[in-house]
Amino acid sequence: MAKTNTFFDEMISGKDEIRSIYSAYSQWLKDTSSMQLKSKNQEAELLFRRVGITFNVYGETDGAERLIPFDIIPRLLSSKEWDFIYKGTVQRVKALNMFLHDIYHDQLIIKEGLVPQSLLQNSQYRPEMFGVDVPNQIYAHIAGVDIVRTDESQFYVLEDNLRTPSGVSYMLENRKMMMRLFPELFRRYSVAPVEHYPQVLLNNLRAVAQNGIEEPTVVLLTPGAYNSAYFEHAFIAQQMGVELVEGKDLFVNKNAVYMKTIEGPRRVDVIYRRIDDDFIDPLAFNEGSMLGVPGLLSVYREGGVTLANAIGTGVADDKATYMYVPKMIEFYLNEKPILENVPTYDLSKEDDLKYTLSHLNELVVKEVQGSGGYGMLVGPTSTKKEIETFREVILKNPDNYIAQPPLSLSQCPTLIDESIDSRHVDLRPFVLSGKETSVVPGGLCRVALKKGSLVVNSSQGGGTKDTWILEKNHHA
Amino acid sequence: MLSRTADHLYWMARYIERAENMARALDVTYNMSLVPNEDITEAMFWSPALEISGTTEIYERDIGEVTAANVINYLAMDQRNPSSIYSALKSARENAHAVRVTMTTETWESINSIWLEFNQFHKQDFSKKGLREFCDWVKTRSHLFRGVCFGTMLRDDAFNFVRLGTFIERADNTARLLDVKYHLLLPSGQEVGGAVDYYEWSSVLRSVSALQAYQKIFNDTIEPWRVAELLTLRCDMPRSLHACFDEIILILEALSKSKNNEAFRLAGEIHARLHYGKIKDIFQYGLHEFLSDFIKSNDLIGQEIHKHFLSATY
Repeated sequence: MAKTNTFFDEMISGKDEIRSIYSAYSQWLKDTSSMQLKSKNQEAELLFRRVGITFNVYGETDGAERLIPFDIIPRLLSSKEWDFIYKGTVQRVKALNMFLHDIYHDQLIIKEGLVPQSLLQNSQYRPEMFGVDVPNQIYAHIAGVDIVRTDESQFYVLEDNLRTPSGVSYMLENRKMMMRLFPELFRRYSVAPVEHYPQVLLNNLRAVAQNGIEEPTVVLLTPGAYNSAYFEHAFIAQQMGVELVEGKDLFVNKNAVYMKTIEGPRRVDVIYRRIDDDFIDPLAFNEGSMLGVPGLLSVYREGGVTLANAIGTGVADDKATYMYVPKMIEFYLNEKPILENVPTYDLSKEDDLKYTLSHLNELVVKEVQGSGGYGMLVGPTSTKKEIETFREVILKNPDNYIAQPPLSLSQCPTLIDESIDSRHVDLRPFVLSGKETSVVPGGLCRVALKKGSLVVNSSQGGGTKDTWILEKNHHA
Repeated sequence: MLSRTADHLYWMARYIERAENMARALDVTYNMSLVPNEDITEAMFWSPALEISGTTEIYERDIGEVTAANVINYLAMDQRNPSSIYSALKSARENAHAVRVTMTTETWESINSIWLEFNQFHKQDFSKKGLREFCDWVKTRSHLFRGVCFGTMLRDDAFNFVRLGTFIERADNTARLLDVKYHLLLPSGQEVGGAVDYYEWSSVLRSVSALQAYQKIFNDTIEPWRVAELLTLRCDMPRSLHACFDEIILILEALSKSKNNEAFRLAGEIHARLHYGKIKDIFQYGLHEFLSDFIKSNDLIGQEIHKHFLSATY
């Protein structure tokens, strides 16, 4: 296990010593043959395939389902590290919800001059939501905050996913798999449980039903079986014990939403929707959408149904808005930001653009509205030709891009071809808001399986790991 | 329960049952073909298998010449044939995939692994070898599917729609099998109970897992009219029309929740006929006529189920 020096290693410290939280695990690894690891790995793959945990990759011609690779070596975080992440993400999401309420109401933060007026021209800003009151003033009921670590105590927020963040099913299924494969490790480590996530989510969703409804009916709205995250939609609906509905199962009548059942129409109070704003109501947004429910927006605006997440949250997790989040925290909460942002250059600003264009080989350039690792340039690992091609692309529409220094993502031991090697990881904890804002201890840990790669997206060859948050009383 | 969900569950079960029955028809025809019989041409021998599955017309369109190899591959693996075992299992899996949230993990895993295991038969030419193993595999997986449903599913509407699909499909298949075989094995003019090859009738019984039941109940040589009785009126014979409708009537009653609908009424009418009917009267009316009527009514019930539960419009 040679340590690559420039990156923070989750298991091995600079002096080639095993970090204390990993000591029991490291010993276990030493005592376990590569044959044993290999067979556990095969078992995991077999089980995942049987359960059908697959995802569709857009653009793959055969439309085949495949597994997101699962790595059987967990990422460990101490309770102290988790405390920090917990407080930081909760603080952030609270501020983001207040920001969303503000820009769809009084717009104080703009009037104070802390964020530019131009934010309202963002295509993700939905004027339809102006003046609409949502229950408990919660907009992002489910937020997936992507966090990377670069040093012992240095964590950065990469982005706040506030639209329809996915990946929580991997947090739950990976844990189930690990407990099945390695029960002996769970005896040595007291790992904080994650299994109650669906219950916490359901309670939050019930809490945001319109006033006066005693037993609100919650449903999960999916684009359907061909969506890349369909497995997750089905899984969460099942875990919460709610109906998994498609647009065609719902209809609008007299300021209410109903689902079609074998016994006739049934009123729906809260919709956990996993369909983007653009496709949710063909009458209001993309009129060609076959996925949505005609008339849904008007019922929503009148308070006949609650949507989670709310419509119009995209304006707050946009990469152009991202750089103002620390200011939001100070403005709304009067607190200092706990988690830091990555320094970001806004290419719509002349100075930032000039700097970026002359340092393309040192920077990572991203599309403001891009996701999934598409449409980006990783300067340090790109060829001259790639950089020049991308320069042309940027110049066509500089407003559409931001640039950041590449981050030295921490690395974690990972099983690669029967032996252990280091790979870069990130973490997406899921922050839930409804009654209160909280985070289940864990998250989606993504790992870049290609050697040296810093891109962890599943669509770009990334895999997942289980994340173990160790309990306070833990002593391995 | 969502109408769409009920629809998928119902069709998932129908397609699994269809695959099983297809396998049974193929298996029995293949077995019979191993017994030398110079009076019957290959085409005469294999056409009934197409008739039982209701694919005679599309076979004509897609393939044409009736040979053992062509029919076997068309009924087992052809993607153009919506009733082939391949297509039925694929449709079953697609229906299950669309509503996996409503079924138990074990039920989903059982369906999903059928589809994964199916890969081992990819591009195999069953007219050359392996047909029997393949048919056995299909039957076993279908048994397993029903067992898993029965052993793990909550007794709710979802369970009811799965069972409803199974029995509507099974009733249709048993009726078709009996109708086609009865005419094939009893050339016109021949007396009932005449010179019919024991082997052929026992194959028919075996194809619906009824040979042992026959021996146990009648304790006698195989008589065609008794075969007909066993597969239509005997309620203790699990693939008989009567047994299917014992289930269907209970399920529709539970689903209807004391609200009237045409599916329930029709099923009651057919059930009464099977429950109180006498085989002598059926033969007097004509077995073929009786079975044709039955297939039509069963199909009508299917349509009413769609209208009332599965594609309800408001």
